[in-house]
Amino acid sequence: MTTRIPLRRARRAVLVLLACALPLALAQPARAQDRSIVMASTTSTEQSGLFPHLLPAFTKATGIQVKVIAVGTGQALDMGRRGDADVLFVHDRAAEEKFIAEGWGLPRRDVMYNDFVLVGPKSDKAGVRGKDIVAALTKLAASPAETFVSRGDKSGTHAAELRYWKTAGVDAPKAKMAHYEECGCGMGPALNIASAKNAYLLADRGTWLNFQNRGDLEILVEGDTRLFNQYGVIVVDPAKHPNVKRELAQAFSDWLVSPAGQETIARYKIGGQQLFFPNAKP
Amino acid sequence: MSAVGEAASLALDLIVHADAALVRTVALSFAVSGTACLCAAWLGLAGGAWLAAARFPGQRAVLLVLDTLLALPSVVVGLAVYLLLSRSGPLGDWGILFTPTAMVIAQTILALPVIAALARQLVADALREGGEQLRSLGAGTFARAALMLLHERWAVVTLLLIAFGRAIAEVGAVMIVGGNIDGYTRVMTTTIALETSKGDLPLALALGIVLLAVVALLNVLVAFVPRGHAVAVAEWR
Amino acid sequence: MAVNGKRLRAVPGGDAAAGDATSEAASAAVGAGAPLVQLRGAGVSYGTVRALAPIDFDVGRGEVIALVGANGSGKTTLLRVLHGVLGHEGTRRTGVAALRQAMVFQRPFLLRLSVWSNLRIALWLAERAMPAEERHARAGQALARVGLDALAARPARALSGGEQQRLALARAWATRPELLLLDEPTASLDPDAKTAVEKLLAGFAADGTTIVFSTHDLGQARRLATRIVHLDAGRIDLDAPAREFFDSAAARRRDGLFADGALP
Repeated sequence: MTTRIPLRRARRAVLVLLACALPLALAQPARAQDRSIVMASTTSTEQSGLFPHLLPAFTKATGIQVKVIAVGTGQALDMGRRGDADVLFVHDRAAEEKFIAEGWGLPRRDVMYNDFVLVGPKSDKAGVRGKDIVAALTKLAASPAETFVSRGDKSGTHAAELRYWKTAGVDAPKAKMAHYEECGCGMGPALNIASAKNAYLLADRGTWLNFQNRGDLEILVEGDTRLFNQYGVIVVDPAKHPNVKRELAQAFSDWLVSPAGQETIARYKIGGQQLFFPNAKP
Repeated sequence: MSAVGEAASLALDLIVHADAALVRTVALSFAVSGTACLCAAWLGLAGGAWLAAARFPGQRAVLLVLDTLLALPSVVVGLAVYLLLSRSGPLGDWGILFTPTAMVIAQTILALPVIAALARQLVADALREGGEQLRSLGAGTFARAALMLLHERWAVVTLLLIAFGRAIAEVGAVMIVGGNIDGYTRVMTTTIALETSKGDLPLALALGIVLLAVVALLNVLVAFVPRGHAVAVAEWR
Repeated sequence: MAVNGKRLRAVPGGDAAAGDATSEAASAAVGAGAPLVQLRGAGVSYGTVRALAPIDFDVGRGEVIALVGANGSGKTTLLRVLHGVLGHEGTRRTGVAALRQAMVFQRPFLLRLSVWSNLRIALWLAERAMPAEERHARAGQALARVGLDALAARPARALSGGEQQRLALARAWATRPELLLLDEPTASLDPDAKTAVEKLLAGFAADGTTIVFSTHDLGQARRLATRIVHLDAGRIDLDAPAREFFDSAAARRRDGLFADGALP
């Protein structure tokens, strides 16, 4: 009896390990054959609804699947640094340049721009309505009775918002303004909060157009050229991460800036309105 | 309120017509959580039963650790697995981050302590009644553990249903390690989170209804387990 | 090694007796006259409570010993020590190197399986190397012996109290034990079932199985036992062959002893 138990135990242990390795084994063949890339992009882009319109066109043209991980710009760039994504598609020029300067990515290319809008309650007690974002923010800084909601999540939108505040003379809105609230969340949830509190908020037009729960909010400031939001595409540098699917990612980048890709972008509309304006350099 | 009502009727529409995206999402939820529970079941049942039957120094400490692991927050497990599987992490070469496999791994880690702790309690209670007899018949530690699992097989089924219910309803771990990729790693819970944050209620509500139905069905199944066999498990719930 | 009052590991069917460091030495002394189990200075306490005072006790081959006494007098403890599953002071020797034993409890623990499966599993536990056909044969014989063959496919737990106890006996006897220990085997049974069990025990004894059982029923002790041991508060009060135990020489002491009214 003493000799049999260890054998049985060992056999059972092997069976257990095999049983758990099964799902892993099943996953392997799929990986070896698929032509796909992982793209890290932002939640605002995903929530604008662009991807279900844009990506199938790319797949049809090239046979390459694009797996989208939508997170904040900060996390997207971090995924690039860790090598967990093949290509990045974000909208924070300064952060992108830094990323490339640090050696994590191949040179970026402009793809398209959309714009931000300042939304707020119809009653607009702070009187910001108009075409000047900096003037609007200055007025808001001086209206302690009105709440301003910020994403506060290191996203491209958040970074842009902070830049506008700085131009308006408020370099640390969270510290300086008691009526400034950060939620650390994506565009949609931030809009939900603003809607519930009848607050002011900087949003990208895409998410706003898709957003259903507007309450009393409407667009108060738009059209200021400073509100334009530039998108760039970056292939993660294979020198740093050999697992990056260089050719496939490059194919994606090339397609985005090609006439076919640019036209597909321009064709995306919500309620008849074009959302993204292609501006790739030829 | 009418917005919710409208969303609800659209949701029922999606369910009744078995909308393709809905079906795919539900199927993936079942596949991921089901596989995770199967993997966790082998290790958890064997480990938990053995813990109940064995005697060794430091046993109290092991039980304490097990009970602590029961309360493991799912996001913490998600983060840990993410760091392990990231290309920059120790297991990066496997290349399975942002795949259903990673989600299965994370959920297995979450389900394992649940199954093991419940199995341990179950077998310990059974051994209180029949351990002496089994020992007298010549059953060693492994034999006692295995026989009691066999003896309490209905309670084991209950316990596995409970673990499955928890797995299929969790969102933190699968969100982080799966990446919520459309058509690939999107499950019921992560879709609900996403669609709600977009303010797009019909799909979120439809999935919420399905998820509720699944959990309710599991509870009904548990209730129908032959009486007297699931007592030890019921009190834990 | 043996720790007072603590459980020891399983009692194996075919290998050396558990928790007994001296059994190998004792096997050299195997002989027709050697006792099957020999206790010297064996005592048990649970914390500060003394369950069994240090005693010397021999179980002779072929004996049928009845342990009688009030609840808490140490009957169960002594049975467990004889079985070798309870840590104790002193020594326990077996007269045979690999003593085959089986124990039956007042309420038998049966697995939630059929009668047949319970038997087969018990046989497997006792002797892992037994070939399947032999296991099958032995199970069949055991069932027939206790008269439960018609119920082989029934769930074991669906049987009546008496039938369950007979199944426990079949389970014990199937392993062909040299020593059979029983702890109040008929205490929960109705008179018919009790008679059936007693008949089976008498049969086993006639086959040469050594039996040690505890009982509240002095009549049962008189019917079955060759030797009766009375325990009181963990001590052996009277240990005599059955005839002597009940005859007039011991009657005076007996009347004093059994003031609690346990006379047949």
